[in-house]
Amino acid sequence: MSQTAPAAPAHRVARIGLAAMGLGIAAFALLPLVLPTYQVSVLTEILIFAVLAMAIDVLAGYTGRTPLCHGAIFGVATYVAIYVSTQADGALLLPLVAGVVAATLVAAVFALLAIRTSGVYFLLLTIALGMIVWGMCLRWTSVTGGENGLRGALRPAALTDQLAFYYVVFAVVAVVALVMWRFVRSPFGLTLRGIRDSESRMRALGYNVSLHLFLAFTISGFFAGVAGVLYAMFNDFVSPSTVALSQSVEGLLMAIIGGVGTLFGAFLGSAIIIGLENFASLYTERWQTVLGLIFILIMIFAPEGILGRIRLWLSRRG
Amino acid sequence: MSELLELDRVTVQFGGLKAVDDVSIRVKTGERRAIIGPNGAGKTTLFNVITGIVRPASGAVRFVGADVTRTPVHARTALGMSRTFQITNLFPQLTVEENMLLALRGLSPRKFSLLGDNTLSADERARAERAFSLSRLHERRGVAVREMSYGEQRQLEMAMALVTAPKLLLLDEPAAGLSPAERVIVSDIIRALPRDLTLVLIEHDMDLVLQLVDFVTVLNNGHLLVEAPPSEIRTNQDVQDVYLGKARPHA
Repeated sequence: MSQTAPAAPAHRVARIGLAAMGLGIAAFALLPLVLPTYQVSVLTEILIFAVLAMAIDVLAGYTGRTPLCHGAIFGVATYVAIYVSTQADGALLLPLVAGVVAATLVAAVFALLAIRTSGVYFLLLTIALGMIVWGMCLRWTSVTGGENGLRGALRPAALTDQLAFYYVVFAVVAVVALVMWRFVRSPFGLTLRGIRDSESRMRALGYNVSLHLFLAFTISGFFAGVAGVLYAMFNDFVSPSTVALSQSVEGLLMAIIGGVGTLFGAFLGSAIIIGLENFASLYTERWQTVLGLIFILIMIFAPEGILGRIRLWLSRRG
Repeated sequence: MSELLELDRVTVQFGGLKAVDDVSIRVKTGERRAIIGPNGAGKTTLFNVITGIVRPASGAVRFVGADVTRTPVHARTALGMSRTFQITNLFPQLTVEENMLLALRGLSPRKFSLLGDNTLSADERARAERAFSLSRLHERRGVAVREMSYGEQRQLEMAMALVTAPKLLLLDEPAAGLSPAERVIVSDIIRALPRDLTLVLIEHDMDLVLQLVDFVTVLNNGHLLVEAPPSEIRTNQDVQDVYLGKARPHA
C-alpha cells in the first residue's frame, strides 16, 4: 500500500529512497563484473522477472485488482518470439516485436473479460484465462511442440556472451522501470489509484472506470510481454511450464514480497525468489519449503512487503 | 430553458417490490429542491435513478434537454451533474490534494496522460485554491484523507462535488452523521452556494431541509405524496400522517 506522510518527512523519505535506488542500480551495474558467469545469468533472470513483477504491481498495487494470469501473458510473448524466430530465420527484431504485440493483444482480450469483476472473482477469472493459454500451449503440438516445447536462438552473435547480454538486459530493464515509474505517477496513474480506493466516486466524478481498467490491464500486459521476450532471448527455450499458473503465482509473490504498490519492490521480490530458486536448491531439494517459510514470515511481520515496511517505518520515524 | 431535470413517470422495480412507483418530478434551472420521506420511501432509489446507478423499469429521465435514461453515470457527470454521497465516499489512501486533483480532472482529457507530469496546471491550481478556501481545508492538503476527521471529510466531499462547476448538484443526506455544530456548517455551506446552481437534496432532517429549499417533494412507499413549498409542508395533513403516524378512527 502506498504510504502518505506529512510534507516535511516525505522529502526525507524521498531522499532516502533515491539513495537506495542509486545503491540498487550500482549493485546491478557492478556486481556482474566480479561474479562468475553462472551467477551473472541468475542476475539476468532477476532483472527480467522484476519487470514481470512490476507489471503485476501496476494492477495489484496501483489499481487494486490482483491478477493471476500474467505468467500466461508473459509466456505468450516468449512462445511467439521463439516461434517466429524459428520461422523467420535470422530476423532480429521481428520475433521480439511479434512477442510483445501478441502479449499485448492477449492482455487486451483478457481485460475485456476480466474488468467487469473485482476481488476474488477477478482472481478466479484471471486464473481461468491463464489456464486456457496453458492448455493451448500444451495441446497445439504442431505449433507449440506440446510438452517438448520450442527451441530457438534469438540472440545475435554479439550477445551470446553472458556478460554482454546482461548489460543489454540491464539497459532495457532500466528504461522500462523508468517508464513504468513515470506511468504510475502520471495523471492516468493517479486515476488508477482513485479506482483502487473508490470506483463509485470515480464514476460520479466523470471517469469511465471500465475504460481506465481496460487500459491499465492492457498496458500491464504490454510490460509483461516485454519481460516475456527478454526471457525468450535469455532462455532460448520455452515449454508449457513458462505459461503455467505457477509462473503467475511466482510473479505475484515477487510483487507481494517486495511490497505491493511500491513498484521497485519488485526487484527485491524477484531477487529473493530467483535467488532462493538458484542457491537454496544447491543445499536442499525443498527450496520451495524455504520460500514458503519466508513468505509466511513476511506476511506476519511485514504484510505490506519489504519495501512497503521500510517506507512505513521511515515515514513514522520522520 | 426552464426545466433542467425532468423525471417522467419513473418506475423502479426490485423483484416484486416497486421501490419507486410512477413518479414524475420537474426541477427548474436555479431551483432548490428537497426530496424527503420516511425510511423506505424510495428517496435513495430515486436519487440513483437520477445519477444513473439504477435504470428505471419504465419512464424517462431528461437532463439539460437530453434523454439520459440509458446514459451511464460518468457521461451524466460530463453533462453537468455532480453529487455527494450519503456515506463519505472519498479516496482514503490519497492525500486531500490528490483527491481534489481527481475531482478536477474527471472531465479533462488530461486524465489520459499516461506519462505526463502530475503537477497542477495554472488553471487547475486556481480552481483547487478556490475549492480549498471554500471548504477551509487549505492547511490539510498534504494529509491522507483517512487521517482526517469525519466533519473534514464531509467538507472535502462537498468541495470535490463543486470544483467542476456543475449545473446540477445532488446532495445525498448531506448532514447524515454530523454533530449539531457540524450541521450548522453544512447548511451554511449550502446556503452560500451560487444561486444559479440547481440543487436537489434528499434528507431525513426536516428542520434542516425546510429552511434551505424552495420546493419540497415528499415520497411515501415509492409514491409521490405531496409537492409544495416548505411553508405548506409543515402544515400538510398527509405529511404529518406519514411522519408521525395516522390517527386511526377505530383504534
